[in-house]
Amino acid sequence: MFSSFMLNTWVAGTAVAVIAGVAGFFAVLRGSTFAAHAIPNGAFAGAAGATLLGLNPFAGLAAFSVAGALGIAALSRRARSDVATALTFVMMLGVGALFVSWSTQYAQEAYSLLFGEVFGVSAGEVLPIVVLGGVSVVAIVVMFRPLLLSSALPEVAEARGVPPRRMELAFLLVMALATSMTVPVVGALLMFSLMIGPAAAARSLTARPGLAMTLSVLIALVTVWAAIAASYQSNWPLGFFVGVIGAAFFLSGKAWTLVAARARGKSENTVRLAA
Amino acid sequence: MSTVLRYVVEPGFFGSGPVHIALAVGTVIAVTSAVAGVFTVTRGQSFAGHSLADIATTGGSGAFLIGINQFWGYLAFGAGAAAFMEMIGIQRRRGRDVATGVVLGAALGLAALFLYLGTQYSTTTGASFTILFGSMFVLTPSTVPVLITSALIALATVVVLARVLLLTALSPDLAAARGVPVRAVGAAYLMALAVSVSLAAVIIGAVLSTALLIGPAATALRLAKGPVQAAAVAAAIGVAATWLGILLAYDSYYWPPAGRGWPVSFFVVTLITGGYLVSYLRPGGRPVEVPTEPEHACSVALC
Amino acid sequence: MTAPITGELLRLDGVGVRLGGREILRDVSLTIRPGEFTGLIGPNGAGKTTLLRIMLGLQDVTRGSVLIDGAPRAPRDASIGYVPQKLGIEPDTPLRVRDVVALGFDGHKLGIRLPSRARRERVDDMLTAVGARRFADARIGELSGGEQQRVMIAHALIGRPRLLLLDEPLANLDISSEQGIVSVLARLARAEGIAVLLSAHDMNPLMPVMDRIVYVAAGRVATGTTEEVVQPEVLSRLYGQHVDVIRVHGRVLVVAAPEGTDVSEDAAADAGVAG
Repeated sequence: MFSSFMLNTWVAGTAVAVIAGVAGFFAVLRGSTFAAHAIPNGAFAGAAGATLLGLNPFAGLAAFSVAGALGIAALSRRARSDVATALTFVMMLGVGALFVSWSTQYAQEAYSLLFGEVFGVSAGEVLPIVVLGGVSVVAIVVMFRPLLLSSALPEVAEARGVPPRRMELAFLLVMALATSMTVPVVGALLMFSLMIGPAAAARSLTARPGLAMTLSVLIALVTVWAAIAASYQSNWPLGFFVGVIGAAFFLSGKAWTLVAARARGKSENTVRLAA
Repeated sequence: MSTVLRYVVEPGFFGSGPVHIALAVGTVIAVTSAVAGVFTVTRGQSFAGHSLADIATTGGSGAFLIGINQFWGYLAFGAGAAAFMEMIGIQRRRGRDVATGVVLGAALGLAALFLYLGTQYSTTTGASFTILFGSMFVLTPSTVPVLITSALIALATVVVLARVLLLTALSPDLAAARGVPVRAVGAAYLMALAVSVSLAAVIIGAVLSTALLIGPAATALRLAKGPVQAAAVAAAIGVAATWLGILLAYDSYYWPPAGRGWPVSFFVVTLITGGYLVSYLRPGGRPVEVPTEPEHACSVALC
Repeated sequence: MTAPITGELLRLDGVGVRLGGREILRDVSLTIRPGEFTGLIGPNGAGKTTLLRIMLGLQDVTRGSVLIDGAPRAPRDASIGYVPQKLGIEPDTPLRVRDVVALGFDGHKLGIRLPSRARRERVDDMLTAVGARRFADARIGELSGGEQQRVMIAHALIGRPRLLLLDEPLANLDISSEQGIVSVLARLARAEGIAVLLSAHDMNPLMPVMDRIVYVAAGRVATGTTEEVVQPEVLSRLYGQHVDVIRVHGRVLVVAAPEGTDVSEDAAADAGVAG
């Protein structure tokens, strides 16, 4: 499992987890679960198309993800945002389905793009993943305070001169770039699970933003590492483990909140299943 | 004239058995989805509809694994999810995103596993593709009566509930005061929605079924003002997209890259999305004030 | 409908409501007779909404009884109409004004109803009566608050109720809209002999039309005519603290008095406040 051959996967997986933890923290804070679900599907379409044309898949990934993010942002301004997100989501998947149907090595290709693949990362791909991931993380860290403010207290942020729409767009774009890199490893359909589960669990453990984001990254790392190990051993899809482990962490977080509340002796009827 | 027709409609289209089935079943399902979708969008339940679709994916994959027709899998899991959602009270999107999202993640992960295991043990090629992205041309004739019956039942349910659903949308308190069993109505509607989603999943795939549900309805709401008009317009759009999608998919067997034809679901989704975008070009169309999170004057527990 | 045995449309006897460990309402008794226009007045949080919900059957009472026409309230009581404070709709909700009013007939029933000319005419007539005819074909979600109020009044009245309950209809209106609604209500109510119970936190717009007042404060009520109820002694007892009643040019103002003030009419006159 730790052969040099698998090294790529471990490195890429680590980068993916860091990105997911950071982006996921804000996605949960902003309630952008649906967008987090939709955006990676652009990556699916892009990768499928790029592979078809024999191009560097990352170009396709990034292009389509960004297009998807822009689409959601543009439509959300004039329509119900959940409708905009849903339609963008299916449109990109539909295009991806088209590309996949044209390709001759269809089955494994599409499957791994959607559900993740423990061998999905070649040597040449590790560097772009790490680099682009690093750029995304730096971008978020730089925007951290205004982004936090506009996520948690939008009117206050606006009064302070932080334009909410631009923040939303910036956030969606960063999420697009970041997650597109991660699709080959975790899969388009499960990427959001890696973003949401650990971040939600972290929020159950602490209210302090910096700590929550750090915890989010840590939990995502554990999730990815465990998933890689389990997938390698069993040959079962990586995405399955990511989805299930992510959910397990989320439930643990909720359980922790319950236990902590009881220990404090208050009857916390604010602990609902909703976050 | 016949030469023009020739270019638009490839030979054999009108005589093809699978095409007939696709048109018949597709029409009924498109109408059901569109009409159910009008209420889904109005009630702000698009995310719930999407969630049901994802969970249906798991069901379809599971059905594939144990060797039964995926419709039963979609239906069982979809209905089960609807019942569960009703029980723990997450009919509305507001504030429920994260928990639902996590559940969806686990469900899709499970779907991945089922598909993987299924392809290990089965000889059917392209089953994963069919479950995820549908295929209207491989509907087994024996399932057709079941599909059509289910569609009609779901459609009838929605139509019978329509006025009550509208009253509840207007004001849940008012509806409750008039004696409407708001929660029971919501549950019945959610079931009809689960059935609609399962049906749409059969023809355009589980992960794409949301398009048939939400797209025509969202477009209709931009164009029509009253409930009957909205339902009619939505149904018309859904059916048009389905017919045209079937036609283009049939024609595409003759298009590059040769031999295989493009997926029907691609065409249907593209047409629906295109229609939605086009509705934004309407001159003098009302500038919609961005609806924020629906704030319901809802003191009844579930709306 | 059978003639009421007691001559009372609605009767609350010793009603108490306990919610979440708090006593929201205590020992509330009131009656509403046919054709009466009653104002349910009180500050926010006093229990007005709870009282309305009890009458609508949306809230159970912990003690006491609620009688409609001398009998306990049945689940579907078409004799009570209701105009809620807020509508839970979006701008694109597919309901035109005339659809909303038509729902007043039988929107609570399952099934389809074929269109009928007679009903359409009644809808038009009702819309004209409330002054909403000119936007009969507009979407309800696109109207202003005042316009929506009128539509909801038409909706409630078309079911021919004998009692109409309105929850803070004046709360978000400007003054001229306020006056419009009050006069429409009073006129229609008198014409059809409908009893009206309307909650508000300011009694002044209702002074010209109110027959009786139910004043709610701190979970208790005082009922009677305005002259009887809106008195410093009565209200002070209700509030459980010193309260002044100031009458200026036919307007009434109820204010908390500093501790130790002698709250009687004479004291107010002595202090030189115009009556």
